[in-house]
Amino acid sequence: MEWFENFWQVYNNLILTIGVNALLALSIWLTLSCGLLAMANAAFMGIGAYTASILTMNYGAPFPLALAGGIAAPTLVALLIGGPTLRLSGVYLAMATLGFGEVVRVLILNAESLTGGALGLNGIPQSTQWWHVLLALVVTLLILWRLRRSRIGRAFEAINEDAVAASLMGIAVNAHKMLAFALGAGIAGLAGALNAHLTFFIGPSEFGFDRGVDILTMAILGGTGGLTGPVLGALIVTLLPELLRSFRDFRTMMNGAILVVIVLFLPKGLWDPKRIRQWFGRGAA
Amino acid sequence: MLQLSNVSKRFGGLSVLQDVSFTVPAGKVFGLIGPNGAGKTTVFNLITGLLAPTGGEIDLQGESLLGHAPHQITRRGIARTFQNIRIFKDMTLLDNVVVGMHSHLNYGVPGWLFSLPGFRAQEKSAREKAHELLGWVGLDAKAMDIADNLSYGDQRKLELARALATEPKLLLLDEPVAGMNTGEKVELMGEITNIARRGYTIFMIEHDMRFVMGLCERIAVLNFGRIIAEGSPDEIKNNPDVIEAYLGREDDEELPA
Repeated sequence: MEWFENFWQVYNNLILTIGVNALLALSIWLTLSCGLLAMANAAFMGIGAYTASILTMNYGAPFPLALAGGIAAPTLVALLIGGPTLRLSGVYLAMATLGFGEVVRVLILNAESLTGGALGLNGIPQSTQWWHVLLALVVTLLILWRLRRSRIGRAFEAINEDAVAASLMGIAVNAHKMLAFALGAGIAGLAGALNAHLTFFIGPSEFGFDRGVDILTMAILGGTGGLTGPVLGALIVTLLPELLRSFRDFRTMMNGAILVVIVLFLPKGLWDPKRIRQWFGRGAA
Repeated sequence: MLQLSNVSKRFGGLSVLQDVSFTVPAGKVFGLIGPNGAGKTTVFNLITGLLAPTGGEIDLQGESLLGHAPHQITRRGIARTFQNIRIFKDMTLLDNVVVGMHSHLNYGVPGWLFSLPGFRAQEKSAREKAHELLGWVGLDAKAMDIADNLSYGDQRKLELARALATEPKLLLLDEPVAGMNTGEKVELMGEITNIARRGYTIFMIEHDMRFVMGLCERIAVLNFGRIIAEGSPDEIKNNPDVIEAYLGREDDEELPA
């Protein structure tokens, strides 16, 4: 078991980051599965991270309470901004949510007394254990898996395919979009809260545009047809920079390139059961 | 059952419907015909809440439908199909129909989260009902196929089954036989007759005269946004205004003084 201890010593941070990123990818998958290109997840992650960190550092809140706060704050914000923004569709929604992300970043930057401004928050207690991340991921996956098999999941799918037809099936389209958005915000906030208590330090630049594109890349790369895709995408996008260390400076460029290639050649992402079956079928024949 | 009173709709300066009034009687097959661009589909969009009328009143069984969102109107018992088919292409036929039962499944969050018996029973009966509805339109054998792979005529039938899944009292059909060949038309005519016999009120928009005259018990004619005639198929066939609207008037025809 000694090799394992060594391995864990070196790589535990990376492995837990995969878990956090998987949560983030699942959070954007929720809105994508509803046909919404909402790009606010990095901001929601930031709100969760700051809320949880401030709760632990300023108020000495126990870790579970800090996590709960990290989930609740972005969910509430999502419910507030969802009203006006979710009426938009396509690229307009993406622009509005990106704008919201910038507002959050600038707010964090300027609320120095609370957030430490550009210097960020230092010395966050490292309360996150490996099993916290694992438990969060498993519970999230279980909830989303059950959700997909319920009338709500079917409603998401129907809205994704044709919102007008869905509304004429008796589906309250706006309420379902709001649910996906708020639930996604909560998951992103949880990821942020866990991550903050893992990395010791958070700063406003971590939750900007680059992070937003990262999150989107993970979901699109893995595929948004199911829950496996986003987790697979998170795994690859997290490991890739480690495998290609010498290209480190080109990280954001690589992510952009991955997005372009995937959209062009594998529009349904890497995890596309139908295509995989086709390939296997052809191999067997 | 459904009553439109002096309904009008303007898009900016363009008046699409003016003082449209008619009643769709309960338990009957009612037809709305008229040349292209007369405003027929607009009438459907107003009834289903996709558009709001500029003036007038729309009542279902004495209750106003105005100011309600489309999903609320569906829940009050109106379902429709579309002229340009709008099925959920990437879903199976079965899922398409089960989506239609959305508002009739009422298990709570614990139900689906923990797969409680109530949830399982409701989902099971929804699937059974969906199979039955697919059977009504002759598609049950293809229940697990992806909807996109269906032929055009079958897609229209699927849309019909999906509309029925919302448990409507009134079924609106927007040009149900558009683009179908004669064989498919005859088949669909039989299926619509069967559905009407089960007690649904049907209100259809159609261009195909033979189809309308064969199915509808009452017909209203819309031309340039106004109702120009309403009556039984025979009355409509012989109404000079209707003939004029469809065929035009000969120049040298003697005009009544």
